Amino acid sequence: MTTNALKSSGPSAGRAGDKIFSGAALGAGVLILLTLFAVAVFLFIQALPTFTADPAEISGGAGFFSYILPIVIGTVIAALIALAIATPIGIAVALFISHYAPRRIAGPLGYLIDLLAAIPSVIYGAWGYLVLAPALVPGYQWLAENLGFIPIFGGPASQTGKTMLTAGIVLAVMVLPIITSLSREIFLQTPKLHEEAALALGATRWEMISTAVLPFARPGIISAVMLGLGRALGETMAVALVLSTGGLIPSLIQSGNQTIAAEIALNFPEAFGLRLAELIAAGLVLFVITLIVNMIARAIIARHKEFSGAN
Amino acid sequence: MSKRIDVKDLNVYYSKFLAVEGVNINIAAKSVTAFIGPSGCGKSTFLRTLNRMHEVIPGGRVEGEVLLDGDNLYEPGVDPVNVRSQIGMVFQRPNPFPTMSIRDNVLAGVKLNGKKISRSDADALVEGSLRGANLWNEVKDRLDKPGSGLSGGQQQRLCIARTIAVKPDVILMDEPCSALDPISTLAIEDLINELKNDYTVVIVTHNMQQAARVSDKTAFFNIAGTGKPGKLIEYNETATIFSNPAEKATEDYVSGRFG
Repeated sequence: MTTNALKSSGPSAGRAGDKIFSGAALGAGVLILLTLFAVAVFLFIQALPTFTADPAEISGGAGFFSYILPIVIGTVIAALIALAIATPIGIAVALFISHYAPRRIAGPLGYLIDLLAAIPSVIYGAWGYLVLAPALVPGYQWLAENLGFIPIFGGPASQTGKTMLTAGIVLAVMVLPIITSLSREIFLQTPKLHEEAALALGATRWEMISTAVLPFARPGIISAVMLGLGRALGETMAVALVLSTGGLIPSLIQSGNQTIAAEIALNFPEAFGLRLAELIAAGLVLFVITLIVNMIARAIIARHKEFSGAN
Repeated sequence: MSKRIDVKDLNVYYSKFLAVEGVNINIAAKSVTAFIGPSGCGKSTFLRTLNRMHEVIPGGRVEGEVLLDGDNLYEPGVDPVNVRSQIGMVFQRPNPFPTMSIRDNVLAGVKLNGKKISRSDADALVEGSLRGANLWNEVKDRLDKPGSGLSGGQQQRLCIARTIAVKPDVILMDEPCSALDPISTLAIEDLINELKNDYTVVIVTHNMQQAARVSDKTAFFNIAGTGKPGKLIEYNETATIFSNPAEKATEDYVSGRFG
C-alpha cells in the first residue's frame, strides 16, 4: 500500500468554506490598499499642474510652498488645540465610566457620550458660530488684557469670537466622543487578574488604575487619540463655519488663520483650472500629513510591543 | 513579622446569596494552613475575605469578625488598602504586570505604598525578594525583561516575590499551583515550606497530596447542595485530618469517595 490514508480523495465541505473566507478576507484587504492607492494617484495627477506652474500664477503669487505652509500650520494648530483639550477630558470621562461611576450611571453616560459622535458636524459648526463664539468674547478680551504678552493670546481680541481657539474648542467637543468611547472600551478590557493583583498589593483605586489599567490601555489610548486627530485634521464644516479666516497669525484669539479642509471647502465651488489643482494639491498635503501622523502612532505603539502584554 | 488570624462567626455574601456560613477558625502565626474541599464549597471565597478582596466583587460583603492579632479587619474606619498591604495574596493564575519588567514587578507593591526608595535599597530588595522566592538565579541576568516572558512557574514565583517585597504579615494563596506543571509545583511547595519561617501562610488547594505535604493544619469545607451555603466542616492538624478525621464527610472526601 503506497496510498496515505490521511490524504482524502474528494474535497470536503469544510474546506470550501475555509477557501471562501480566506478569499473574502484577502479581497477586502486588497480593496483597502487599492482604494488608498487610487486616492493617492488621483490627488497626485490632479495636483500636478500646481507643481509645474509658474510660482507667480499660484494664489499669493509666491509659489505653492508659501501658499500651503500657513494653512498647514493652521490645520495643525486647530488639531492640537482640540487634542490638548479633548485627550485629558476624554480619558478622565472614560475612566469615570469604566472604574468609578456606579453601574446605574455608567451605562446611560456612555450612551450619552456616544450620542455626541452622532451629531452632524454642520450642527457643531452652527452651535460654535451662534452660541459658543459670542459666549467666548468676554473671555478672549480678558485673555488679551491680562495674558496679552504671550503671543498666542495677543490682542486686540476678536469682537465676534470667530477665532482659531473657538474652532479648536468646537473640534475638541467633536473629538471627545471618539477618544472617550474607544478609551472606555480598552479600560473595560483590562484583565480582572491584573486589577486584583494591584489591589492585593495594597493599591488604592487610583494606584490600581495607574499600575494595571493605564499601562495596559496605553496603545489603545494612542490609537484613540490618533483617530481623534484624524477627525480634527480633516474636519471641514465646523471650521468653515466657526473660523473667520485670514492670514497666518500667532494669536489664537484674533480672526485669522485657516485650515486645509476649510480652505478647500470654501473655495472649491468657484475653482477651476490652476486654482482647482491648487486645492487638490492642498488635499494631497493633508493626506500626507494624516499618513505621517498614523505612522508615528504605529511606531510609538510598536516600540513598547515587548511590554504590551500581548506575548 | 507574622501575625495570627482569628475568624469569628463569619458569613460571606454575594449580594443576598449567602455563600459561606458561620466560619470560626484560629490560624496560628508562622504556620501553613490548607483549605480543602470540593469545587464551589466557598474556600476561595472565604480566603478572599481574609484580606478584604471579596468586597472587590460587586455585591460582595461579609458579617462577622476577622481579627489580625486582635485587630478587626472589618471594623468601620479600617481602610481595605491598609489591610491588603499587610495581608498579601497570590492568585490561581500567575499575574505579573505585563507592562513592567521583572524588576519593576517586584517593586510594584513597594512603590505603591507611597514610599520613595533609593536605587541601592531597591536593588537589595529586588534581590532579597527574588531570592526569597527561589527565582533569583534564574532571572538575575534579565531583570529588565518583561515579566510576562517567563514560564508559568517562574511567573508565579515572581508574583510571590512581588508579594513578599511588601513585607506582609500573612500570605494568602488561592490554588497557586493549579496552572503549573509538577516541577514548578514542587518549586512552589518547597518555597511555601521556607516562607513558613517568616510568614503566616494560608493556601487553598484542590490537591490533597499538596495539602498533606505543605500544611501544618488543614480545614475542610463542604456544601450540603447547590444553592446552599458552604461551611467549615472540620479543622485540625493535617495528620489528623488525613488519617483519623472526626467527621464522616471529611473522611469520604480525603479518601476520594466524593469530590
